[in-house]
Amino acid sequence: MSVATEPVAVQHPIRAWSGLPALLAALVGVFLLHIAVGAKPLPIGTVIEALTSFNPDVFDHVIVQNLRLPRAVLAVVVGASLSLAGALMQGVTRNPLADPGLLGLTTGAAFAVVLAHSTFGFTAMAATPWIAMAGALGAAVLVFFISRMVPGGATPLSMTLAGAAVSAFLGTVISLIHLLNQDTFENLRVWLTGALAGRDITLLWYIGPPMLLALIGGILLAPRVTVLAMGDEVAQGLGVKTGVLKAQLLAVVVVLTAGAVALAGPLGFIGLVIPHVVRLYVGSDYRWIVPYAALVGAIYLVSVDIVARVAIPPREISTGIITALVGAPLFVHLVRRRTR
Amino acid sequence: MARGSDDRSHRLEAVAIEAGYAGTRVLNAVDLSPPDGQVTILIGPNGCGKSTLLKTMARILAPTRGNVLLDGKDIHTLNTKAVAASLGLLPQGPIAPEGLTVRELVAQGRFPHQSLLRQWTQKDEDAVNSAMSTAGITEFADRAVDTLSGGQRQRCWVAMVLAQETDLILLDEPTTFLDLKVQVDLMDLLTGLAHERGRTLVIVLHELSLAAAYADHLVMMKEGRIVASGTPDDIFTADRLKQVFGLDANVLRDPASGRLVCVPFGARRRLTEAAQ
Repeated sequence: MSVATEPVAVQHPIRAWSGLPALLAALVGVFLLHIAVGAKPLPIGTVIEALTSFNPDVFDHVIVQNLRLPRAVLAVVVGASLSLAGALMQGVTRNPLADPGLLGLTTGAAFAVVLAHSTFGFTAMAATPWIAMAGALGAAVLVFFISRMVPGGATPLSMTLAGAAVSAFLGTVISLIHLLNQDTFENLRVWLTGALAGRDITLLWYIGPPMLLALIGGILLAPRVTVLAMGDEVAQGLGVKTGVLKAQLLAVVVVLTAGAVALAGPLGFIGLVIPHVVRLYVGSDYRWIVPYAALVGAIYLVSVDIVARVAIPPREISTGIITALVGAPLFVHLVRRRTR
Repeated sequence: MARGSDDRSHRLEAVAIEAGYAGTRVLNAVDLSPPDGQVTILIGPNGCGKSTLLKTMARILAPTRGNVLLDGKDIHTLNTKAVAASLGLLPQGPIAPEGLTVRELVAQGRFPHQSLLRQWTQKDEDAVNSAMSTAGITEFADRAVDTLSGGQRQRCWVAMVLAQETDLILLDEPTTFLDLKVQVDLMDLLTGLAHERGRTLVIVLHELSLAAAYADHLVMMKEGRIVASGTPDDIFTADRLKQVFGLDANVLRDPASGRLVCVPFGARRRLTEAAQ
């Protein structure tokens, strides 16, 4: 931490709901743009028409409804989920470097998919999301039970450490499997970077509702996260049942992260970087960080996916690569700014 | 001012409580009834259980035996958020999240008064402003808590508890690590709450002379038991300090304020003796 020689007044944060209309407008904007661009660019008017008065006989409408809309929706859901889950994790663990992958969820998902492909020869991409979901949940359970065995029980610290250990271990096993089995690597290298292309949208019908509930739950719980971030005893003194609250937040994070990984693979950086970007503008109250993080996360991933789709036509870059390519320098910039 | 108090009423009471951590019993059959509208100060050597008693009375820690009663009802069976509307707690050495502003911190004190349906209202806003003004931190309202000095920071936390607008306020060593002047200012602020606004305060303190100067009701603890309680005039004696703390000290009365002061004997006295 830097030593402040002279106390600096904090910039007055954006108050309350004032920034939300602009961000919502931005989200609608990039959402429509995302659908419009591609191998066959469509006018925004056609896109809106296809969304509002769909005509199955118009080829462009079919492109929008069947090919492009699902992917845009996916980007919104995944971006919002990862960013919100990251914000909650940072608040609960009081750790500014926390992200949704901290509990081993993303590595667990990746491990399960790699294992299924290499050992049992699962190559059907349709099964991948379900395997990923099972792997994420399995890792979460494993992390939880390991941290339960630590003296003092499942505290944010013990869970963070257990998550780091499980992630490191599973990550190494993934590398090992890759070394031993070249085919698995070839088949999965795109998925493992996190990608929105060619995803089975029907999955959203199953995973979407619980994820939506978790998103709403996370936003409703957000004011309590600020109270919790002031320490357990302060929170309990203010009438928060800290044990119950942590369990609820954990459930929200697990559903959102496991769902996002199942839908898009192990996408990095969003859950770590976006909450910090949001914090620069709305301050340190999670009441505002959480909803803004969800919105900005959605906008970010949709924008990044536009770049992924149009950067080097006719090919596509994996979305996860762009998120990290942009995310990494942004993060370095943030760290520099905070420690200067 | 009215000192000493056994005929007073008590909204908060500890009745024969035993409590501890992970199998180690810290409190043994402790009874405590802080008189309403007064300042009760708990003192005792490190590890005597005074913080544990405060936490148990604040329902942070469940007693293994006995009851803590709030308005005659077992506090652990009451809805914790409802309790928070009448009982505030400032734990020892709280840390604000980095970047949280003073106003945001103080606003958290309104948590027990809010719900999903009842969000921020003018009453909350008024309570926050009035708490900041009482604690003298209005001028820092938009500064980040972590950029303030120790004394200013502690006043922010006191303001947060004030914003909670509870009749009962429990504080665990609120003056630790502060300059003497800042300690005195803070104790003036806290005792003012009791004597001018009728709040009931229970404070754990380390500073013996400060405790003797500000307590209406002084409680001395040792090895998980209360060994003496009453007005400082009655119980703050050299014999008691020796008995409770193992401390050799003189207790003097300051002629100007009439307050009791504890002067420990230490190396200096031994030096003077040796010189003679």
